[in-house]
Order: sequence, then structure tokens, then C-alpha cells
Amino acid sequence: MIISIASGKGGTGKTTVAVNLVLAIENGVQLLDCDAEEPNAHIFIRPKITEKKSVFVPMPEVDRAKCNLCGKCTQICAYNAIVIVKGKLLIFPELCHGCGACSYLCPQNAIREVNKEIGYLEVGNKNELDFVHGKLNIGEILVTFVIKEIKKLKNQNKTVIIDCPPGTSCPMITAVKDSDYCILVTEPTPFGLNDLILAVGVLRKLNIPFGVVINRSDLGNKNVENYCQKENIRILAKIPFSKEIAVAYSKGITIIDSLPSYKRLFQEMFDNIVASKL
Amino acid sequence: MKQVVVISGKGGTGKTVITGALAVLAENKIMVDCDVDAADLHLLLHPQLKEQHQFKSGATAFIKQEICIKCGKCQQVCRFDAVKNKYFIDPISCEGCAFCSHICPVSAIEMRENISGEWYISDTNYGSLVHAKLGIGEENSGKLVALVRQKAKQLADQQNSNWIIIDGPPGIGCPVIASVVGVDKVLIVTEPTLSGIHDFKRILKLVKQLKIPAIAVINKFDINLENSKEIEIICEQQQIPFVQKIPYSEDMPKAVTAGKIINEYSPHSEVSSDIEKIWNFIRD
Repeated sequence: MIISIASGKGGTGKTTVAVNLVLAIENGVQLLDCDAEEPNAHIFIRPKITEKKSVFVPMPEVDRAKCNLCGKCTQICAYNAIVIVKGKLLIFPELCHGCGACSYLCPQNAIREVNKEIGYLEVGNKNELDFVHGKLNIGEILVTFVIKEIKKLKNQNKTVIIDCPPGTSCPMITAVKDSDYCILVTEPTPFGLNDLILAVGVLRKLNIPFGVVINRSDLGNKNVENYCQKENIRILAKIPFSKEIAVAYSKGITIIDSLPSYKRLFQEMFDNIVASKL
Repeated sequence: MKQVVVISGKGGTGKTVITGALAVLAENKIMVDCDVDAADLHLLLHPQLKEQHQFKSGATAFIKQEICIKCGKCQQVCRFDAVKNKYFIDPISCEGCAFCSHICPVSAIEMRENISGEWYISDTNYGSLVHAKLGIGEENSGKLVALVRQKAKQLADQQNSNWIIIDGPPGIGCPVIASVVGVDKVLIVTEPTLSGIHDFKRILKLVKQLKIPAIAVINKFDINLENSKEIEIICEQQQIPFVQKIPYSEDMPKAVTAGKIINEYSPHSEVSSDIEKIWNFIRD
């Protein structure tokens, strides 16, 4: 079973819910931190990293001896990543999506693809917990390639928890796709509600069942709850603001480790999700 | 005319609250929301819509079933796993590269233009706001950011504005890069948590790599004084001017809940005066 944790708005507590859920489930869990731009789950889990793998994207390289400047590649490239300026073919790797069309279709066979590292994965564990995260190299943009590589390492025999990037566009969609269930974490403010509605739109389009966790549930108003009720969305848990939790978070300490009584809330959340899928 | 963008690396550090306050303090300005996939600035500025435009970007492959001979060639070449079953395009996975349409032996694949979102120009009590909304599940957020910034720049030229104040997206990827290139100043809002520090270091590396002048502030500094100190030390080492520490205050969520800019909601609070100091630093 794959459970992803997402939110439209950043900083609502996705990672907090993900790491606490992992601790509450205890056995047979794998955590995939798919927020490859700014991964944070390792700060709380402190896994022992046993393997590091580069993530490569194939980028075109032109063989000037073979290229006759016919311009076919410049017409094919949907991203304007290849241009001919003053009799010279120029490739802009920052625009390239690595689709491979140019090299395949070049009539002179003058374009070959070379692997470029855009980030890396780290695989490890903490006791029984399997852990994978990825980091996009600074200045790179093809974060979805890193996310897809992380997801390839999912272990079918375990409960897989995916910590997603914020937002509602390609990185978030790549991370939540194919989940059996998604937990949307929000806060009861107009920002939280606005971005929750956007995230709900994505999950409905992807046909993924979901429920909502309201974090810092006492700092705001009732509009998120009213919205969930109206839309028939299950509220999985409410976590009130606590200075103790905030301070523990700042030190990389989970809720369960600072307030052990919370373990039950996360266990019940997991049990309810499993029950809803049976 | 100068452009200032507020970013954070980590989400939820207070970018939008601070951008809103700066937007009130700046004189003769245009405001821009570049967090196009989860835009929130309008919830503080309450814009009246003046112009609404479609954002057309890229294309999605479509297989005409009546022509398709089910050879499967498209599926072999697609690197985005967008060709499903036998044979349909999953529009969410399709990146619009058109490789499939070029190699289809019977020309059964058509590329259809995407309408990926909308962008708007609005009036607010504080001046014009340029903002956008990416369609559900659409891509090209970086392009939409670039478009919104270009429109803001045109508007600023027309109105002879002194400032463009930009609310940036979280992260370090495509939309962030599109939000920060060519600005005069990046304001990084961080928080004194280990996650905040981790993300702060990555966003610093990005702005250094892009050679954009940055300044930093800490929000909720009193949540962890030790971590706040560490952030100040990082700034010193990296030669990033450290401008202000803002204390934790329930006024922030309360102002947001009331749909108000913090310096309207609690004008005499410490938070408001701290943000004023940030603005004075940027202005001078």
C-alpha cells in the first residue's frame, strides 16, 4: 500500500505527518522523501545512508563534423532547446527535457546523447525502516526525473509512505501519482483552505482517495472544516498548535518523540486509512 | 525601477505575509504573485479583476484512434511513460515533446495546444497586482512565472513604477529560478528549524550560483535561539546581509485568517515594526 502525504501550501506539516506516521506504523515501512528540491525527512529520521546513486538525464550533444546545419532538430525540439545562430548549432541544456527526439530523428546522425547528472538518491535505513530520498542539484530544473527515480525504488512488500513536494504542479503530481491514498495536510487559514482546494482538484483528477489532516487546528477559523464537511472529505486528524511541538520540530524531533501520547493518533489514522481501503 | 522577490526554500516560513506587508510599505509599486501553483497573495490584497487572459503553453499528444494501426512505436520512444494501454495518451504524463507524433508511421498523433492556466491584472487598494493560476495538473509553471513577470514589467514601465514586489514560490526548482533571474534583490525568509536551515543553505547556493544579491531575515526567531544564531553565522560566512529577526507572533495567523496585511491588522506590533525595518533596509 502506498500512502502519500501532500499539501498545496508549503510548511503545513507534510514532513511532520509523514515521519510520525512512519514511527507509528513501526513495522514493514519504507519512507520515500520525494520533495527532491528541499528534502527534510532525513532530519527527523536520521537514517544510516548505505548507498548513493546519481540521477542522470540524457542530454543531446552535437558532432559538428557530421552536422550539416539542416535545422531539422531545431524544428523538432518542442522546448526551443536547439537553435542555429550564425551558422552554429547551439544546445541549451537548461531548456532540454531529455525526450531524445532530436538525436533519434537527426538525418545525419550527428546528435548523440550524453548523461548529465541532475541530482542523486540516497538509500538507507533506520532500524527496521527503509529510507530513500533524492536531492536535485542546485540550479537544475528537471526535478520530476529525480522523483521518478526515487519512486522506482519502492518496495512492494512494505507500506510505502511518500513525502511529497508542496504545490499542485508537476513535481507534486509525479510524487502522488499511483498512490492508494493521499493525506492532505493543511492549516485552518484562508491560505491553507485556498491551497487545499487546489490540491483536492488534483487528487480528484487523478482519482486518488484522500483525507485531510488539519495542523495547528486552533490557529484560524472553521472554514477548512466546513469545506471538508460540504465536500464530504474525511478529516483524519486535527493537531492543535503546541509550542512544545514547534520547538521539538525546530530541533529535528518528531511529535511522537516529544509527546508520546500522540502515537495513538497516528496509529489510528493509519488504521482508518487501511480500513477505508479494504 | 527595482524588482524585489521574497523566497524561502522551505514553504510556510512567512513569505506571503511579509510580501504583503512590503507591498503596503513600498511606494509607487506593482505587486506580483509568482507562486502560480498555490497563489495566496490575493487573499491578503483582495484584488478587483481588471484583465483575464489564457495562458497557452506547450501541447499534448492525442492519438486518433480511427487512424492508429496499434504498432506501438509511440510507446517505445516515449520517455515519459505517457502512452498507456493500446494506445492512449495519459495527458498528465505527456510532456509535449512530440517525439511520438514525429515517428508515427501513419501520422495518427496530433499535438493539441494546451491552455495551461490563466493570468490576471487586478486593482488593489495598494496598486496593481499581476497574478496567475496554473490549471489543475498542468506543467510549465516556470513559463507562467516568466510571463507574469514580463507583464508586470510592462505595466511598471507604463505606470512609471519605482518597485516591483514579487511573492516567490517555495523550493529551488524551475519556478523559483524563473522568479529570481534578473531581480535587483532577493529577500530570503527562513525559520530557525533544522529543516529551515537545511533549505536555507540550498536556496543560498542557488542565488549565489545565479549571482543575485540576497539578504536574509528569520521569522519566528525565538522558537529556537541556537538555530537562529547558526543562521546568522551562515549569513556572515556567506557574506549575505542579515537584516532582521522577527519574533513568533499569533498575530501572523490571525491576520491571515482575517484576510488582512499584518501591518494593517496590528500596526503597532513588534512584527510590523520589524517588517518596516526590513523595508527601510531594502529601500536604502
